[in-house]
Amino acid sequence: MRIAIIDYGSGNLCSAAKAFERAARESGFQAEVLVTSHPEDVRTAGHIVLPGVGAYADCRAGLDAVDGMVEALNEAVIKGGKPFLGICVGLQLLASRGLEYQITEGLGWIPGDVVSLEPADPSLKIPHMGWNTVELVKDHPVWAGIPTGPDGLHAYFVHSYHLKAANPAHVLATADYAETVTACVGRDNIIGTQFHPEKSQKLGLSLISNFLKWRP
Amino acid sequence: MLKARVIPCLDVKDGRVVKGVNFVDLKDAGDPVESAKAYDAAGADELCFLDITASHENRGTILDVVRRTAEECFMPVTVGGGIRTTDNIRDLLKAGADKVSINTAAVLRREFIKEASEKFGAQCIVASVDAKRVSKEGEPLKWEIFTHGGRTPTGIDAIEYAQEVVDLGAGEILLTSMDRDGTKIGFDIDLTRKIADMLTVPVIASGGVGTLDHLVEGVRDGHATAVLAASIFHFGEYSIQEAKDYMVKAGIPMRMDLNK
Repeated sequence: MRIAIIDYGSGNLCSAAKAFERAARESGFQAEVLVTSHPEDVRTAGHIVLPGVGAYADCRAGLDAVDGMVEALNEAVIKGGKPFLGICVGLQLLASRGLEYQITEGLGWIPGDVVSLEPADPSLKIPHMGWNTVELVKDHPVWAGIPTGPDGLHAYFVHSYHLKAANPAHVLATADYAETVTACVGRDNIIGTQFHPEKSQKLGLSLISNFLKWRP
Repeated sequence: MLKARVIPCLDVKDGRVVKGVNFVDLKDAGDPVESAKAYDAAGADELCFLDITASHENRGTILDVVRRTAEECFMPVTVGGGIRTTDNIRDLLKAGADKVSINTAAVLRREFIKEASEKFGAQCIVASVDAKRVSKEGEPLKWEIFTHGGRTPTGIDAIEYAQEVVDLGAGEILLTSMDRDGTKIGFDIDLTRKIADMLTVPVIASGGVGTLDHLVEGVRDGHATAVLAASIFHFGEYSIQEAKDYMVKAGIPMRMDLNK
């Protein structure tokens, strides 16, 4: 099993790589985890992961700066149907547009805009930073066996923006932060988490294992 | 619902833990990675390494600690101490740190926070605010920023400084009361509440924890979203789980995932 974690200059990929190695090992997969900026690796990998931290426009520019990467992603994920996971800004890039500071085009795989969090309680802090529970709104194989809801496991979030999906059917899980925060989106072979599974201990490693087992 | 966080902090010098962690089953109490693993397994919500390595030659040792921790612990890790340049930050993030805490470099030159935040995103830039109460009894409360572990006054007003670094792009504040640090008499609640209520970003309360009540006070009275402590955990006085149980009983929502 080859897992390509796309390196386009955005943040900390070491912990993501380690989490995938651990989850693969625990699930009994022989996995080769590549942190890569080569479009060719995206074409040959079985699973594709798009991480991302920082500002939306910077991430989009970083992705575009890797020659041929967006084309390779469209080919492997949209045409090729390979299992894909976007994490944090990697999820947000799936949207039609990001509205952080300026309007930036996303990949358009999950229609909708990435907008700032606006919790109804003004005393709540932005970023939404820390451990929150998630509410599963739609069953999905990557959430199999993971306790969710108010008494479920927690996921680690750090973000000030989230994806408002145009099609509610694309929202798989939400979190409560005095507003309904999009925590997980998906369609077909595509999945995205606003939280960081690579930092979410038990919940995160289970979700990554499920992602590796998933055959969409 | 978002939970309050409990963050143990490890002082690391030349790649080794100072004020060693006193857990029964640690193979090597001086190895920061062993301690990190123990805290990870114990349900800590985040981990903080404070690098107090003095010599330039040994500054790379923290990178190895972070790298080895990231291989074992799938929880957020913040690293502070001696961060002067955006290259320092890049190296730490690449090694596996999630956030860096910037102290003296920002006191000397505020723009550093802006540069760091623009380059790496506000979510990973923690501004460390080391404040000491300088008002006398009966005077209006006033706190000043101190550097060098609380020894060097700067004349900078701590409240104004906290607002300034957030305006420049800090995503979180690590607020340490330098007059409470090491005293075990509890957080400076006036200071914590004043800054936490003023700012839009999360505030971690630090300095002075000696009992579990102090942790409760930091969140309940100080309005901090996270509490940081060192010695009460390292010396085995209280476990992370005891601390969280106590906070839950006091009505503070905590992440209790260990047995799920």
